Amino acid sequence: MGIFILRRLGVMLLTALCLTFIVFWLTNLYPNLEKLAKTQGNFRMSDEAVSSYLGDRGYLQPMPVKFGQWLGVMPGWVTEKDDGKVFGRCFVEGTPEQERPTFCGIIQGDWGFSTVFKDDVGATVMTRLALTGKLMLCVLLLMVPSALIVGVLAGMREGSKLDRSLSTFSIATTATPEYVSGVIFIAVLASSKFGISPVLAEWGWIDSKTLFLGSATSAMADANFWNFFLPVLTISLYGMGYIARMTRASMAEVMTAQYIRTARLKGVKFSDIVLKHALRNALIAPFTVIMLQIPWLLNGVVIVETLFNYKGFGWLLVQAASNNDIELLLAVSVVSVVVVLVTQLISDIGYVYLNPRIRIS
Amino acid sequence: MEPLTWTGSLSGLNFIFIIVAGLLVLSVLASILVSLVPSSDARAVGADGSLATDKGAAGFINMLTGYLFYAFIAVVLAYLVGRVIMGTSAGIFGGMSRQFLPVWIALIVTFALSITYKRRLGLYGKLFDSTVGMIGFAIVMFWVFTGIMGGVMDLLITHDSLSQVSGMKNKLPGTPLSGAEDGDFGWFLLGGDNLARDVFSRLIKGSWVVVQIAPMATLFAFMVGITLGLPAGYYGGRLDTVLSFLANLILAFPVILLFYLLVTPEIVLTGIPNYMAVFLFIFPIIFVAILLNSRFYTQPSLRTPLLIVVLGVLGWLYLSLISSNGAIVDTGTYRIPGLPAVLDGFDIDGGILVVFVSVVFVNSPTVFRIVRGLALDIKTRDYVAAAQTRGEGPWYIMLWEILPNARGPLIVDFCLRIGYTTILLGTLGFFGLGLESESPDWGSTINAGRRLLSLYPHAAIAPALALLSLVLGLNLLADGLREESLRD
Repeated sequence: MGIFILRRLGVMLLTALCLTFIVFWLTNLYPNLEKLAKTQGNFRMSDEAVSSYLGDRGYLQPMPVKFGQWLGVMPGWVTEKDDGKVFGRCFVEGTPEQERPTFCGIIQGDWGFSTVFKDDVGATVMTRLALTGKLMLCVLLLMVPSALIVGVLAGMREGSKLDRSLSTFSIATTATPEYVSGVIFIAVLASSKFGISPVLAEWGWIDSKTLFLGSATSAMADANFWNFFLPVLTISLYGMGYIARMTRASMAEVMTAQYIRTARLKGVKFSDIVLKHALRNALIAPFTVIMLQIPWLLNGVVIVETLFNYKGFGWLLVQAASNNDIELLLAVSVVSVVVVLVTQLISDIGYVYLNPRIRIS
Repeated sequence: MEPLTWTGSLSGLNFIFIIVAGLLVLSVLASILVSLVPSSDARAVGADGSLATDKGAAGFINMLTGYLFYAFIAVVLAYLVGRVIMGTSAGIFGGMSRQFLPVWIALIVTFALSITYKRRLGLYGKLFDSTVGMIGFAIVMFWVFTGIMGGVMDLLITHDSLSQVSGMKNKLPGTPLSGAEDGDFGWFLLGGDNLARDVFSRLIKGSWVVVQIAPMATLFAFMVGITLGLPAGYYGGRLDTVLSFLANLILAFPVILLFYLLVTPEIVLTGIPNYMAVFLFIFPIIFVAILLNSRFYTQPSLRTPLLIVVLGVLGWLYLSLISSNGAIVDTGTYRIPGLPAVLDGFDIDGGILVVFVSVVFVNSPTVFRIVRGLALDIKTRDYVAAAQTRGEGPWYIMLWEILPNARGPLIVDFCLRIGYTTILLGTLGFFGLGLESESPDWGSTINAGRRLLSLYPHAAIAPALALLSLVLGLNLLADGLREESLRD
């Protein structure tokens, strides 16, 4: 088991390194750098001004050197201008010579400086990640139990009316991407002119103008049911259908097993069969699916945070990518790649522990 | 002219519709509740010794649900026929149903022909044995016909999808056209968007973008996935390790980040999408070449002319696809010459090419993994061993023994994947990537409409519902296909 985890960790590290290098390469292509120089300097820069701006800031070094500097395994660039000003990757202008560090990269814990937010990348990512963590936690709390309930109810009697209706429901939710369901929810539940909110307000059933708030910006500081439920529901619905279908398939398979038949013949109550005998074995497969679904939630998070204007990690990704904020974008991709790889690892290890039939020597 | 209401003079039917629909929902709920309580059938022994069973309450409710379902279908059909006949006097729905008349006719013809000859049509015919599959197929074909008739033949649209009409900005559905002249369609059936364009016509034009790109991109992704997945599964070993690592690498990328990195004007400038097009679009040619060669290499007199003709045509298509204005890659600093403009059959719009390439790129690793898994499973079968004993080449075994036996899961996944590709295209449009902002595709329209969502929801709701219905149709179709392909 130990060797298995070590090997997986090695592959993970290699994958993360390759992916960050791809992101690094794509963001450091010349047209992107030119755009960066023009947005940071001014838009009417001449070509010479652009290349001297980029050259001074170490952007024109060879790609592997820049990548090494970002990682912190190569000494950072130092530029000495004609007028004697000295500045570098690791220190600002005017730092005394003995206080200038040579290496500064992610190994040293320095994630760089965001050109959009004018702030330290590490701090920016952490605050946004905390906000998205809150969203994800709510999503998981809503999505996982409801998906499991739907899946177990559908799978315990395969082919029944209940199974048919719940399966149709799961298919419908997997066919509704977040930007569709979000738009429909806002129009129906959170518009003061259309949908059911004006009716409810007229009857006096709700105090505010709308049933739910169509923007989750206020939920960043203070989340409550009114301003946070719609984004959570939107993400949960799309992921729910898939987990529910997997749970249903696994439950249906378990229900045809020999030991369930034995229990029925012994006269065990149907509810006891489902809860005590079938459920434990039926939940092994959904565990893997839930873990593998988490990276997919990341996509939903980006869409929903844009749609509901919730300034979390997904919103940060959009901002970093559309402004070609290189170091922020790299940090964002490192975080998301690590999330993907760690969830894969957990799902593999968890599967081995949960399923006694699988042993890795 | 008067503004149109939703149902117009057919509103008398609304009451019946609501009652029937309400009763149907109630009876479905009742039958679900009854099915939760286990009940034994009452049995009576007749005088002649025969057994008669009584279906009990559950049976009665099921029977009721069945009748209500037929009544519901009848009301919907009555609506539809009435609307097609009455046109705009039956309100907005009437106007839309009348506009869609060619689509209805095409759908009826397709279904009539398919159901008549379903026993001779293989898996496609079997689809018409499953209700779910038929519903899905009908929805998908509705949008396919709409895309072809509206997008190519300009049949269904009421106004030009790009022209702005003064005074129609953000108008509600059914608003009469201001300053209408003779020959103009008198209303904006689904209202106007924030640039005073007709939402209904843009919806129809947008369906063509989806119907055109999604199946083609999925097909290319399948070609890439099959061509790489079969040898990875069949040979295994180091090839498998390397290819699987690459596939996992792409899969570990968040899709949206990848889109943001690939589909920006700056990246397009560097020519990377063109290189990717050159790489990805070669796979169909490799696939067809190996497919034909492995089958016919024992008959060179047939194989050689066949390969020359097929590869010639495909090669020309390939070169036309990847080169525009006589160059494959044309950045400011250098250019790689391609097919001369005289021979170039067609040019793909730059934005569409980028979107196409990135969607293929994102989809192919998943297809690769599916095909690899299937190949790993099937290569242990006896018929593969038999082919190996016969001395068949590895590519013959992969393409003519393993692939045909993996077709069931692959066809089902193909349908699901078209739906997923549609969602991806919508995502691209939603973030304003790739296609230009006036493009009528559904994602871009939702993106344009969402800013005024709580005041004028109709401009975003219409494409959202359209996208939802198409993807739902594809999912139902895949479900029907899965059921029917498992049966044999």
